Amino acid sequence: MGLFSAMRGDRGGQLLLAVLALVTVLVLVLNLLVPAGHPLHFPTYTVTLLGKYLTYALLALSVDLVWGYLGILSLGHGAFFALGGYVMGMYLMRQIGDRGVYGHPILPDFMVFLDWERLPWFWSGFDQAWFALIMVALVPGVLAFVFGWLAFRSRVTGVYLSIITQALTYALMLAFFRNEMGFGGNNGLTDFKDIFGFNLQSDGTRVGLFVASAVALALAYLSCRYIVASRLGRVVVAIRDAEDRTRFLGYRVERVKLWVFTYSAILAGVAGALYVPQVGIINPTEFSPLNSIEIVVWVAVGGRGTLYGAVAGAVLVNYAKSYLTGALPEVWLFALGGLFVGATMFLPRGLVGLLGRSEARP
Amino acid sequence: MKPLDTLREQVRRDRVFDFMVPKTGLELDVSHGTILYLEGLTVSFDGFKAIDDLNLYVGAGELRCIIGPNGAGKTTMMDIVTGKTRPDQGSAWFGQRIDLLRLNESEIAEAGIGRKFQKPTVFEQHSVFENLEMAMAGDKRVWPTLYARLNGEQRDRIDQVLDLIGLADARRERAGALSHGQKQWLEIGMLLMQNPKLLLVDEPVAGMTHQEMDRTAELLNSLAGQHTVVVVEHDMDFVRSIANTVTVLHQGRVLAEGSMEQVQNDPRVVEVYLGE
Repeated sequence: MGLFSAMRGDRGGQLLLAVLALVTVLVLVLNLLVPAGHPLHFPTYTVTLLGKYLTYALLALSVDLVWGYLGILSLGHGAFFALGGYVMGMYLMRQIGDRGVYGHPILPDFMVFLDWERLPWFWSGFDQAWFALIMVALVPGVLAFVFGWLAFRSRVTGVYLSIITQALTYALMLAFFRNEMGFGGNNGLTDFKDIFGFNLQSDGTRVGLFVASAVALALAYLSCRYIVASRLGRVVVAIRDAEDRTRFLGYRVERVKLWVFTYSAILAGVAGALYVPQVGIINPTEFSPLNSIEIVVWVAVGGRGTLYGAVAGAVLVNYAKSYLTGALPEVWLFALGGLFVGATMFLPRGLVGLLGRSEARP
Repeated sequence: MKPLDTLREQVRRDRVFDFMVPKTGLELDVSHGTILYLEGLTVSFDGFKAIDDLNLYVGAGELRCIIGPNGAGKTTMMDIVTGKTRPDQGSAWFGQRIDLLRLNESEIAEAGIGRKFQKPTVFEQHSVFENLEMAMAGDKRVWPTLYARLNGEQRDRIDQVLDLIGLADARRERAGALSHGQKQWLEIGMLLMQNPKLLLVDEPVAGMTHQEMDRTAELLNSLAGQHTVVVVEHDMDFVRSIANTVTVLHQGRVLAEGSMEQVQNDPRVVEVYLGE
């Protein structure tokens, strides 16, 4: 009942979920039922590309929850995304087994290359799918919880908080670049073979991952919508607009921030875990501050504080990126910068602001 | 022998550790008729004593006005009571049992002290109704707030407050669209939703028209009795129209206390404040 009423007033969200369902069904039909070579056939390569966009959309959704509603401009959400990705990458590495280049039964290739004798302790357990799936949520969640607990308790806000989130992801990038960290150094983790026993190169697995991304996005959207439409969601916006006032009403502002931030980090981690098997690699550049800033641009272009705007922004900007980096590779970075400046100057409420219903209100 | 004794002391079977004792004292006790005790308070900012050995007692159910020239320490006093500022010395008790200096802002709010700021601060992006809903007394922890639903009784309570503050017709309006006076009333309404025992109201009529001022005086008068109301105000006409007891602060101390007439005729008060 609660979820139903949360979605009732959300036209943009209804439209988004309808389009998402339609696209998913259409892709399934055109890819699996229409034979290859037929003009209507939807190539698997494009399915995977769409799946990647959907994981970006999920990431943008998580940023919008903390930026658009809670007012925390996180410039480090790429870190949670990358951590989720690394957790999935570790599971996929263990799935390779003895099929690596060096054929070692347990150790991944890069460890053999570095002359390591045993698996480091933090790699144990990742041969189990259930363990890896728990860690996908747990690792980014715990990091966000500890980071948030320290930052919010000291009442760090505004631009200072943005800067330390940036420092967090930068520090992690430097750490993951080091070989002795045990995560493959600057090459990262790659050369994956199977996921849950299915061959990652097969069409069926790729379509399956696309569907999983779509379902994850839909569920995450519903849960975020449930949060922002609840009384807690109104308190979250109240914290954004007048933090002290909210505190004097008796709300524990720090705890609200902490839980919303942690939940957002978990969503980002799940997005990362779905992203890695689809692109086939995870390396430390995913932690780079530029990536995190790019996410913020997606949300700003789409329209923050609406949830569906963030999803639309992520898909549109990434489509433009795929197109421009292919057609005019020199232009892309200028286009990205121009997009951010243009969106800030002319579309303060993003693309969905053009539709005339972008207010961050339940 | 010393460490052994300490250990023996620690493991005594008849002992109860402090952290095991359930938190008590959030129950307000005003059986002696006084709701707020401020004793020997001193606060200094960079050597400047904003509050200097302040002693102030407020009776339960009273409507008390606090006046004083700029810099007399009125707002600092409110900051101490609500936990925003910690005093260097002195004690602040809410009723006989609650030590305000040991609680943080939200715990103080929960214990039953509500505060209206000098500048009206309402949640501008929310509707009037939602502003009151958020202010409503209840479980304000994270999870209960996520699952909170309004029941009929709570809706009635919000309607009642909307009538009282004269905003029943504006319930669906965005709070940011209200006039200055309406925002002040909405904020008083939000205080009432918290159902506080003690209301601290900082300059409620600043920038109001005369009609709005009369309406506010009426509102505050109707609150006294059920609630204890402490008003800090500059406007003497307004103070005259509501106050029974007036406390005059000067340089962080209580200069005079009594009815408006007594205070006005006090030569010291005339000198520092009214006589200007």
